[in-house]
Amino acid sequence: MSGASVLFDAPGPRARVRNRLITVITIALALAAAWVIYSRLESKGQLTAAKWEPFVTGNLWKTYILPGVQGTLTAAAVSIVLALVLGFVLGVGRLSHHNGVRWTCSVIVEFFRAVPVLIMMIFAYFLFANYDVFPSKHLALAGVITGLTLYNGAVIAEIVRAGVNALPRGQAEAAEALGLRWGQTMRSILLPQAVTSMLPVLVSQMVVVLKDTAIGYQITFLEMVRQGTQVGSAYGNYVPALIVIALLMITVNFTLSYFATWLEGRMRRSSKGPEPMHIAPVTQGVFGAGAGGTI
Amino acid sequence: MEIFTEYRGQIFEAFWTTIQLTVYSAVGALILGTVLAAMRMSPVPTLNWLGTTYVNVVRNTPLTLIILFCSFGLSQTLGITLVDAKSTTSIEDSNFRLAVLGLTVYTASFVCETIRSGVNTVPLGQAEAARSLGLTFGQNLRMILLPQAFRAVVIPLGSVLIALTKNTTIASAIGVAEAALLMKGMIENTAALISVGTIFASGFIILTLPVGLLFGWLGKRLAVAR
Repeated sequence: MSGASVLFDAPGPRARVRNRLITVITIALALAAAWVIYSRLESKGQLTAAKWEPFVTGNLWKTYILPGVQGTLTAAAVSIVLALVLGFVLGVGRLSHHNGVRWTCSVIVEFFRAVPVLIMMIFAYFLFANYDVFPSKHLALAGVITGLTLYNGAVIAEIVRAGVNALPRGQAEAAEALGLRWGQTMRSILLPQAVTSMLPVLVSQMVVVLKDTAIGYQITFLEMVRQGTQVGSAYGNYVPALIVIALLMITVNFTLSYFATWLEGRMRRSSKGPEPMHIAPVTQGVFGAGAGGTI
Repeated sequence: MEIFTEYRGQIFEAFWTTIQLTVYSAVGALILGTVLAAMRMSPVPTLNWLGTTYVNVVRNTPLTLIILFCSFGLSQTLGITLVDAKSTTSIEDSNFRLAVLGLTVYTASFVCETIRSGVNTVPLGQAEAARSLGLTFGQNLRMILLPQAFRAVVIPLGSVLIALTKNTTIASAIGVAEAALLMKGMIENTAALISVGTIFASGFIILTLPVGLLFGWLGKRLAVAR
């Protein structure tokens, strides 16, 4: 069932009056809330030009925000590439006919999906610090990338598995009938189709990676949210600084989410290629429920 | 193992805080999420718009930023602390409650989307039959759509709950004494990295695995037979 219109009748005269009344009340409440927030901000002096002015100076952007943006983008880009590699290895491993391989990959995937990203980041950070794996300048970056790669690799493994399983059985059967081995079937028949159908879900997974770079805040990684709080403490304007950072994040992530939805719709309408996987707010694991997907 | 024995009291206390954060935020997010879902489906365009905007804004913001905003913005700048300032534990309580607020606000947007996807599984005829019987939108939602939708989304809601359990670790950013904060402290104090990592990873597996199994079982049991 889709489209809200089936849920209620076309409004008659009374319903129109009622809807208008609800609209007016909602707007009044929203205005009241906005006024409370406004006066609160005003009385604490958060709306004065001095609090906002730094954001139009190039200096603030150069010293604080742009390095943060760079950190966020670097961590996200490296993590998504590594997570794709790990995800494909684990996902194909879970589909393997060898019990040993399948079980090992399953345990790895379930483990990294059950452990919070922050716990993995803290662990990786101190591990690298103890054994001097990376120069101290890059410790936090390495910790963030490790945490994000392991978690998103596990999530992508599940997406790959679901993508391959969703293909029509006839594809694998036909390949077998032609005498292709399992590896050949996977490589030249199943994965290419699965990847296409996974595209929208993979794009929306990038939103998760971008958002989760902010968890690096806690292992002193230089990313956007940390830089926002730095601006806040330097200029005494936490509220404006965090709002500006939030706006930047929301713009990028909203565009990506919108693109993913558009891609799914376009692929669904098109007669070519496989059906796209649906972008669910959360994906399911083998144990029934499991965290993953875009949260 | 010795480390576990030595820190047992603190570990259980930290995980108890994690559980409390999870339960309070889960209840809050379920209520707020359901209200948001109703708003997004309602016949009033303003409510629709408000619900959609909320979900799009919150879902695309990092949780760390939301929780930091609760602390730096609400509490320190605007003086909204959610506690009695005279109480002796006011700082801990304030941080805990602000973290619950942040987690609730964030998780509600995912609950809303999950419930909406559940309503989409209810066959068209159900809503049409309800309308033809003269039920209003509110009655339709309350008696026909939501009961079926909730039964359809038990498993996805379980996934949201598990994600919430893991997300509570981010509350350590504002100093709530939960598992991740204790883990950091223990690594710094004991230098037994592998043991500490194992303890906390196992802790979260113990918390999330049964929830996954329970919701998986419930989901199959409660599924609407069609």
